[in-house]
Amino acid sequence: MVVLKQWVENMRLDRRKALFGTFCLCCLPTIGRTAAFKVEEVAPGVFIRRGVDEDATPQNRDAIANIGFIVGRDSVLVTDSGGSLGDGVWLRETIKATTGKPIKYVVLSHIHPDHIFGAAAFVPDDPVFIGHAKLRAALETRGEFYRGKLSEIIGVDQVGPLVRPTLEIADAGEVDLGGRIIGFQAHGPAHTMCDLSMLDRQSGLLLPADLLFVARIPSLDGSLLGWLKELESLKALGVAKAVPGHGPVCVDFAEAAGALTRYLTVLKDGVRAQIKQDGSLQQAIKTVGAAERPNWLLFDDYNVRNVTQAYKELEWE
Amino acid sequence: MKSLSRMSLIALGVLWSSGPLRADDQSERQARWKDIETSLFGTRAVQSGDGVIALDAPVRADDASLVPMGITLSAKQPVKSLYLVIDDNPAPVAAHYTFGPAADPREIKMRVRVNTYTNVHVVAELADGTLLETEKFVKASGGCSAPMGMSDEEAMKGMGEMRVKFAGDATPAKPVDATLMVRHPNFNGMQMNQLTRMYTPARYIQTIAVSDGPQKVFDLETGISLASNPVINFAFVPTEKGQLKVDVTDSENGHWEKTVPVPTLSN
Repeated sequence: MVVLKQWVENMRLDRRKALFGTFCLCCLPTIGRTAAFKVEEVAPGVFIRRGVDEDATPQNRDAIANIGFIVGRDSVLVTDSGGSLGDGVWLRETIKATTGKPIKYVVLSHIHPDHIFGAAAFVPDDPVFIGHAKLRAALETRGEFYRGKLSEIIGVDQVGPLVRPTLEIADAGEVDLGGRIIGFQAHGPAHTMCDLSMLDRQSGLLLPADLLFVARIPSLDGSLLGWLKELESLKALGVAKAVPGHGPVCVDFAEAAGALTRYLTVLKDGVRAQIKQDGSLQQAIKTVGAAERPNWLLFDDYNVRNVTQAYKELEWE
Repeated sequence: MKSLSRMSLIALGVLWSSGPLRADDQSERQARWKDIETSLFGTRAVQSGDGVIALDAPVRADDASLVPMGITLSAKQPVKSLYLVIDDNPAPVAAHYTFGPAADPREIKMRVRVNTYTNVHVVAELADGTLLETEKFVKASGGCSAPMGMSDEEAMKGMGEMRVKFAGDATPAKPVDATLMVRHPNFNGMQMNQLTRMYTPARYIQTIAVSDGPQKVFDLETGISLASNPVINFAFVPTEKGQLKVDVTDSENGHWEKTVPVPTLSN
């Protein structure tokens, strides 16, 4: 998920509703509790909530990413914290209702709003916030911008403050939840410039966050060639199952990575062909990727942006 | 508004005193365009360019910091100059091209930043002084303050590097399509570093001059509305031993130039 596409329109809607008194900002924090969200145990001790395949709205309060937690013998790791303070509060309450073990680690898988704005809900637990070594810089350049944009949609109270990583992973790392090792891999530019993936060594489950999109169209905000490369390195791990950042909570990794690779390859080949035949960005955004339209939700909201990103990257080749 | 100088319409520093407009306020939009028109052209009449100027702009900008604009011109007499104006941007004049004898201004493409829902205007000035205009409404948000995807240092890497591509070999005296690419972050002073609470200082391209030997193709005056790493598609009529020369200057006295031979088919 990248810049939330419907922001402007939602903002207008939001204001109109606020003006006419049908929309009450003070009620927002309770929305999380009443929403029909639940976590699913995708592997023993691994609980994931499926995000909705939408862009952020006041109604979904940006609970659009797959988030969850892993329970070890001694402690709990939050795999991603959610898209808003309310989303994070909901996850924290769900954890407390599931286990009495302390929340010791909270992962910030990358810079995008739907993955970082729940983090503030976990500050009372004083956990280690884990992120890619380049996340901090990304938060500096984009954090406040994202906060402002999301505030316009769901209200500033719902967004909460930015949380910075306290454990930065430059290459690889691991934490121990008590007999349960979670390995981390910091990736080169791919979906974003700061993607962190996780492997639960006990279950063999891969948690690549937004390096893997299923059903929902991927959004490109790092490097197209880099993403294809990082996908190959993840495929080389040979894992059977994965938890994508968006889509069903647990999928066959080879198949899902194959579909994503196919889309990204269509982008790469289509954009390169346009550049080679002296096409233009205008022409590229009208044509590239069209064949992939039936395969992805929200295609019309993101494909043009993806083609633009790809063009910008590949025209300097 | 009438006191606005033309340069201030291009450069940074003019923040409209009237504040943000509501999207549905047609009359305010028209009033704004009248103000801009008056500061650019004084009392000269600007006629409808229907059938002569076509502006290809997305109805909704998917990436507001990189919005492609395509301008097609089919005037019977030569076009002297061309304005691309993004009415509600902090500096509305995104581009002012002055064409020289080597230009073939049938089609120009470029990429701009669009800050809010706005009208976009193109005005062409013909050889006899006739002014023709066309208009498109573009829905975009935050294109000027949108952060770059990288650190300032990374964005500055290779600043001034240029590439020129030609659509195949050129035949002298026949128009050839060219693409000019310039590496430049085009910082517009509106991107904030959240840690330091400081804005990245503005540093943006002000002029791009393109010529073929002694023959001018175009002079472009531009500013903060130009997207970073600008790319401009244009056409020109090459001379026999074409040497396309590009000069770029920016607001911090940066100056870069590049000369490339035009690949020419021998007769």
